[in-house]
Amino acid sequence: MKLSDIRLHRNLTVVTLSLGTQTLAIPAELLREILDPLPVTRVPGAGHYVPSVVNVRGSVVPLADLKQALSIPHEGQDDRRRILVLEVTLAGEAAVVAISADAVHEVTTIETQTIEPVPASAQAWPPDYLTGLYRGAQGFVLLPNLEAIFSNLANRPMANQL
Amino acid sequence: MSDDMAAIFRDELRDLLESLERGLLDLKSRPTDMGLVNQVFRDLHTVKGSGAMFGFTDLAAFIHEFETVFDRVRAGVIPIGPEILRLALAAKDEIPGLVEGDADPDGRRAAILSALQDIMARSPASDVAGSEEGAPATAHAAADVPVDQAARHPSRLRFRLSGAAFAMGARPEIVLDELRGLGAAHIAVDLSDVPALDRLDVEACALVWSMDMPAEITAAQLEDVFLFVDADWTLDAAQVDHSDAAHADEPEAAASLPDRAAQPAPASVAAPAAAVLPNEARVAAPVAPRDARAEAAGATVRVPADRLDSLMDAVGELVILEARLTQLARESRDPALMATAEQITRLAAGLRDATMTMRMVPMRSLVGRFRRLVMDLSDKLGKPVEFSVIGEDTELDKTVIEKLADPLVHILRNAIDHGMETEDERATSGKARGGLIELSAEHAGAEVLIRVRDDGRGMDPARIRAKAVAQGLISADAVLTESQVYALVFEPGFSTAETVTELSGRGVGMDVVRRTIESLRGSLEIDSKLGHGTTVTLRLPLTLAIIEGLLIEVAGERYTLPMPSVQEIVELPPEKAQPKRTGDFLDIRGRFVPFLRLRALFDCAGEPGAEQNVVIVMSGENRVGLVVDRIVGTNQTVIKQMSKLHSAVRAVSGATILGDGSVALILDVAHLVGMGRTQVDLQSAPQSAARELAA
Repeated sequence: MKLSDIRLHRNLTVVTLSLGTQTLAIPAELLREILDPLPVTRVPGAGHYVPSVVNVRGSVVPLADLKQALSIPHEGQDDRRRILVLEVTLAGEAAVVAISADAVHEVTTIETQTIEPVPASAQAWPPDYLTGLYRGAQGFVLLPNLEAIFSNLANRPMANQL
Repeated sequence: MSDDMAAIFRDELRDLLESLERGLLDLKSRPTDMGLVNQVFRDLHTVKGSGAMFGFTDLAAFIHEFETVFDRVRAGVIPIGPEILRLALAAKDEIPGLVEGDADPDGRRAAILSALQDIMARSPASDVAGSEEGAPATAHAAADVPVDQAARHPSRLRFRLSGAAFAMGARPEIVLDELRGLGAAHIAVDLSDVPALDRLDVEACALVWSMDMPAEITAAQLEDVFLFVDADWTLDAAQVDHSDAAHADEPEAAASLPDRAAQPAPASVAAPAAAVLPNEARVAAPVAPRDARAEAAGATVRVPADRLDSLMDAVGELVILEARLTQLARESRDPALMATAEQITRLAAGLRDATMTMRMVPMRSLVGRFRRLVMDLSDKLGKPVEFSVIGEDTELDKTVIEKLADPLVHILRNAIDHGMETEDERATSGKARGGLIELSAEHAGAEVLIRVRDDGRGMDPARIRAKAVAQGLISADAVLTESQVYALVFEPGFSTAETVTELSGRGVGMDVVRRTIESLRGSLEIDSKLGHGTTVTLRLPLTLAIIEGLLIEVAGERYTLPMPSVQEIVELPPEKAQPKRTGDFLDIRGRFVPFLRLRALFDCAGEPGAEQNVVIVMSGENRVGLVVDRIVGTNQTVIKQMSKLHSAVRAVSGATILGDGSVALILDVAHLVGMGRTQVDLQSAPQSAARELAA
């Protein structure tokens, strides 16, 4: 997902969520459902980005930890924690993935004009993994580039022999 | 004709063509086997008959020629030779095109037909051979036949198309032509049942035909003729009454039959033929065989594959829910609920087994095309090869079978193109001039082993190694076992062929083979002996849907092992509790088995408890022990695919959902065993001597 593609439309409907102190926005069209926390199964050797799987209505769905990819520090978790099931495109194929969120806020429509590219000088976030950001009520809201994060993962060779 | 009918015809055609091809290929090695010739003839005849019935007239005309040749073969006039088989196989290949209405741009079909006609013309009995063509001379020739056989009492055949035959597309003139081909004479039509014009039903056939058949014609041959025609017929050996009133009218009646059949009208040629046979005999005799056929047809049902898939999905969900119900029932301690849950468990297991059995398909359905492939390649490359198949009846899940075709084609091609020496090379090295390729399939636990063995030149580990180093696949100082070296041929881009041929040598293919097999949760091994040949072994799971699993626990996490690969469970001896640098083996009744500590392997936090168990699992000939904290028990494991994001985690082959709704990963035993073997290879050499002694 490129910023130029997003700007083809005037508006973008997103769902906003928190990871630690950071607010993220995910295009609402990718969202399939929001679930209460589920039992999580760790996958040994899978690395830190997608460390586990969950059972979403009978399907085994990988659960990604965007905090790792976006270098967001872990904060304490409470009962506002949710799991978002998304449908993204991986290597040209539709794939269902889940991400955990510390809290889910709202579905909102933003003007694509307000989305800015990530400044190359921004040290805090890896620019490859972000499509852009915009100014929300409580500071910057990041639009993660989910395709880039997941395809990088899919191609990454594993460190150990598992 | 509706699309449904056409689809049914195509389905049947596929089976028939498979059987036909198998018959033709078998004839190559057993040219005098009359059973095979008859089988080929029957298949041809059925294709022709049903083709004509479904309106594929081009197809029927094309096959007719082909069938005529085999009829001569059957009569012993033409011997089976390589040319006939080659033509027959080529003609068989044209059949799907004819059905689909494909054009024949290069005149291939015409060439095949004229070659077949040449064979006919060369056969000694070609002047009699025209008898099926229906020319005016034919009737005469056919009529002559019974004369010298009169002493052998020709039998009298009577038939009548039953009520709905016309609606089903029956064409009496074709039936009569076929009967003439069998030597029918004195054909007469009995019009006595034709009603008056005002009561005439244009779709019903009221005509009864009778004729003399040569004595050697059996009921079975007639059954072939009537296979696709809904007709009542009787063959009566005692009826040789040439003074029959119908006889006098025979030439005229026979000649004008097609017209009358098409336009049944009351005619004055009323012969007393109805009296020739008692009514009950006419009805009773044909009914029995037709019923038997109907029953045989009712015994199998064709079901679209996606319905089976959705049934399997539903059964998978049921098994998961059943596990949940059992768990809840156990927690509730309500005896009535527990009893019900137990019954549901039993039913679900039965349903699961039945569904899985439905999806099993024998290897046979694959093997036909391989015979053909081997024959074609062996002709093309001038390397005579004998192809034998063992265990055609071995059954595998249909999904597995479908995906197996391409990998096996690659392996067979490689075996002939690279593996086989030329005839001369074989002679020089003292081998039989003809090579041998053997495809075998057998069950081993929950796996099916498929082997392709050739007795060709074998693989040279040194050469493969050198090539792999040159291509940058491994470093020059890499330490590899022999089997690891052979496994290099499955790497993308690897090829040792000096020249790229049309068939193979481009280095694509073998890596596709490995990927396909691994996507089926299978594995493959190569074993080779320089100068003696190569064996490629594919190990495949019986099913991709539900397996019996052993649930284990490691540091609070649960994993499933496929039960059939579990050999035994032992306690970890206390002296092995701490890892050692070398010689970390278990002594299982005098045999040393390497073992893996799953806690360490899976990077688990914390210390194990005092008692740990070792699950000994087996893949192929090799075993490895897996150290686990606890054995939870057996469970029905509905296999779920892992996401692509986790495809790099090779120790996990899939996942399953447990009774409490959580996910348990299924461990890939073949991969773990491979890791165990690597550990053996890496461990010190002095140990191995002792190990071999003990083994």
